[in-house]
Amino acid sequence: MAFDRPEPSETALTPVADPTTAPAAAIRLDRVSKLFGRFAALKGVELEVRPGELLAVLGPSGSGKTTLLRLVAGLEFPDEGRILFGDDDVTLTKASDRRVGFVFQQYALFKHMTVAKNVAFGLDVRRKDKPSRKDRDARVAELLKLVELGDLGKRFPLQLSGGQRQRVALARALAVSPRVLLLDEPFGALDATVRKSLRRELRRIHDATQVTTVFITHDQEEALELSDRVVVLNEGRIEQIGTPDEILNAPATAFVAGFVGQSNAFHGEVRAEVFRAEGMTLPAPGLADGPAEAFVRADQWALSSGKGLEVKVLRVPPSAGLLRVEVEDPHGRPLEAALLRAEGVAKPAVGDKIRLRATGGRVFPSP
Amino acid sequence: MVDATLSAPRVGRDPAWVKGLILTLVVGFIVLFLVAPLAMVFAGALSKGAAPFLMALGQPDSLSAIRLTLIVAAIAVPFNAVFGISAAWAIAKHRFPGKAFLITLIDLPFSVSPVVAGLIYVLVFGLQGWFGNWLSDHDIKIVFAVPGIILATIFVTFPFVARELIPLMQAQGTDEEEAAATLGAGGLQTFWRVTTPNIRWGLLYGVLLSNARAMGEFGAVSVVSGHIRGLTNTMPLHVEILYNEYDFVGAFSVAALLCLLAIVTLVLKAVLETLEPEASRHGL
Repeated sequence: MAFDRPEPSETALTPVADPTTAPAAAIRLDRVSKLFGRFAALKGVELEVRPGELLAVLGPSGSGKTTLLRLVAGLEFPDEGRILFGDDDVTLTKASDRRVGFVFQQYALFKHMTVAKNVAFGLDVRRKDKPSRKDRDARVAELLKLVELGDLGKRFPLQLSGGQRQRVALARALAVSPRVLLLDEPFGALDATVRKSLRRELRRIHDATQVTTVFITHDQEEALELSDRVVVLNEGRIEQIGTPDEILNAPATAFVAGFVGQSNAFHGEVRAEVFRAEGMTLPAPGLADGPAEAFVRADQWALSSGKGLEVKVLRVPPSAGLLRVEVEDPHGRPLEAALLRAEGVAKPAVGDKIRLRATGGRVFPSP
Repeated sequence: MVDATLSAPRVGRDPAWVKGLILTLVVGFIVLFLVAPLAMVFAGALSKGAAPFLMALGQPDSLSAIRLTLIVAAIAVPFNAVFGISAAWAIAKHRFPGKAFLITLIDLPFSVSPVVAGLIYVLVFGLQGWFGNWLSDHDIKIVFAVPGIILATIFVTFPFVARELIPLMQAQGTDEEEAAATLGAGGLQTFWRVTTPNIRWGLLYGVLLSNARAMGEFGAVSVVSGHIRGLTNTMPLHVEILYNEYDFVGAFSVAALLCLLAIVTLVLKAVLETLEPEASRHGL
């Protein structure tokens, strides 16, 4: 069998491929472009996926993330550029010859087959190295156990819940021992609770199988929580590739800063490496003088007794931990702030005018 | 006021007499225009007892008409099943220019009068037609012969299977096929293992309708047949000939057999419809 499910301790001891010693990228996209008619879905994308990593592709709808995934799977072909799996150029290889595992948002299970038959499909259609019936059944049982559907093999897909179906789809994709596992918005069609538990599940299965995994999502929380690295895609271009921490705390572009972390943008001006806008100043090291844009996350505000942005409190929803307030600035623009509770400071009431001070934020020159 | 609201009829329920009236009208209409004529056919066929009925069917000309009808259906139906699957597959699962036009073309046999359809074949393959000289030089007979009847039948039954499958396949999308491809299945494997099982009920339904029409077609076949007894007469044409010769028992006997074929088809179809939801739930 291509993989054994390691014990948890073993998982901890087996490190995910070290990027410094890794021989080659598991997947490499070399200046890949894709057009649909006149619409450029991807524009010269350069991307390396490291062996064994769990990579999230994050972007708004229409950013080209599904196209990127389908190009890697061989369900679409690029107009320009190359796609490599290790050292193999697979740019023009058919999907059926690429050995990728693909999990569709709407599951795409074979409705007329049992769960076990679905999982076995990739083994049943093999012409070369077709496993014996016994080996196949053993593999199917092993996979169903891995996704915790051990006793549902005889059911039909329509008899399962959404979360269970997605697990079947995952087991089916893993059955062919894919070189890379691709997931297209895997949790998009599920409700919030199932999403959360399946997210942890995917991380566990990934750690157990160590298969290089790329999943796409428009949900930043999902991307930041689940992945080793995140690719932020916008209008067919990569804005940033980095760890979740880098994406959140060191956004490379104004788009990333605005897209991640519920940021609010403020237009102002940089003078002598200091950004000034109405009611706020922020350090802007290294930035040339001129118009600029600052992005401040909700958790980067503090109550100010002196200077600051004057806002009106709209709502104070009950919350534990940080004190959340919904406010609007003098121009009527809504903002959300998560403030540290401080001793001796009264909780703001609805209708109060308070002053907020930006304690952090990223400044980018205006485009 | 309080009483009125309490005793008010449930919203959306028609009074009993309206329901009764509509039901009577519908049933009456069906009996008068559908059941009664059908019963008359069987009554006419058996008006002189079972023996003349069986005798009429046993005549060589009748037997040859029955045989020809079965042969024509046996060729036209599989042909259109294959064509229908291919067309639906191309239209539903692929993008290509001229797709909307192709769908319109497939509908053409529904909108053209069957007589015109027959005439088209006479014009193309007849002695005075485009290929007339070439065909007669090579001693190939199409019009006023069995091949012409088969062609005309294929023409009129052309859309049934495709029309049934196109919306079905479009609704199913291409996800399952793409999933099969990523799992390593080739084009043919995908077609047999994934596409076909998903369309089999629609396909059967289309084939049954297509078969019913193939056996019953009169207009188009009448134009290209030439009405040569024992050679190019199908059952519907034979009914007309017998009727025109005042052989009412004979005419009704063959007509009754045609009706039986149609009824069997409809019963099959109804049985399939009751099976279908169960089947897709349990994947039978």
